[in-house]
Amino acid sequence: MTLTRRRALALFAGAAAFPALQLVPRPAFAAAEDTTKLIADFAGGKEPQAGKIKLTAPDIAENGNTVPIAISVESAMTDGDMVASVMILADGNPRPEVATFHFTALSGTAAATTRMRLAKTQNVIALAKMADGSVYMDKKEVKVTIGGCGG
Amino acid sequence: MAATPKPRVKVPKSAKAGEVIVLKTLISHDMESGQRKDKEGKPIPRKIINKFACEFNGQPVFSCDLDPAISANPYFEFSAKVPESGTFKFTWVDDDGSIYTDEQKIEVN
Repeated sequence: MTLTRRRALALFAGAAAFPALQLVPRPAFAAAEDTTKLIADFAGGKEPQAGKIKLTAPDIAENGNTVPIAISVESAMTDGDMVASVMILADGNPRPEVATFHFTALSGTAAATTRMRLAKTQNVIALAKMADGSVYMDKKEVKVTIGGCGG
Repeated sequence: MAATPKPRVKVPKSAKAGEVIVLKTLISHDMESGQRKDKEGKPIPRKIINKFACEFNGQPVFSCDLDPAISANPYFEFSAKVPESGTFKFTWVDDDGSIYTDEQKIEVN
């Protein structure tokens, strides 16, 4: 069979459609309600406020298997002004929980860096709970070129 | 997991009293998420490191609960305030109950 222009175009269209088909049998991705519930549980009834916490993540992650993220919270880290814990969530992963960091007075500053998996383009959410119970939130959308949950 | 997970830790050799230093840790581990399937389509069971902790002279400095969304070979960078000379102890807890540890000394002058 000779490769006519029409046939070449048909092949190309088929190849482009294939990755989309592969996504269908995957397990259901985390519903937005799961994320909302986790935020509510972590916040313990408080409304998360903007500010204090800063989430650093790339705008575009080429490889969803290892996306560097960093968090830092403005705090003196003394008895009166202390960050208890920081939770990271990804609302488009099969399970939204990523990690929870716990800080102490010996931490010096409430900052940490790690690497995470992102299944697809989605929001990464960082929540900080202060020792006095107040909760702060930061959010960033990360575009993912190749998803990181294997298949 | 083929080989035993090998922890690697970077701690400055010395610091001034009360200085905030940066610690970097890495451990080799597949962090099998439990979401993947093998060639026959059977799910591969989850096996991750689910907890990491750092202590200084027995006092907690930093700890972390890990979920399957943490990348393979989990890496952490965090800070610590060192009041005196002593030893940092790092602990990783695996899903199968194994515990991997590493220790590093620091001089405070």
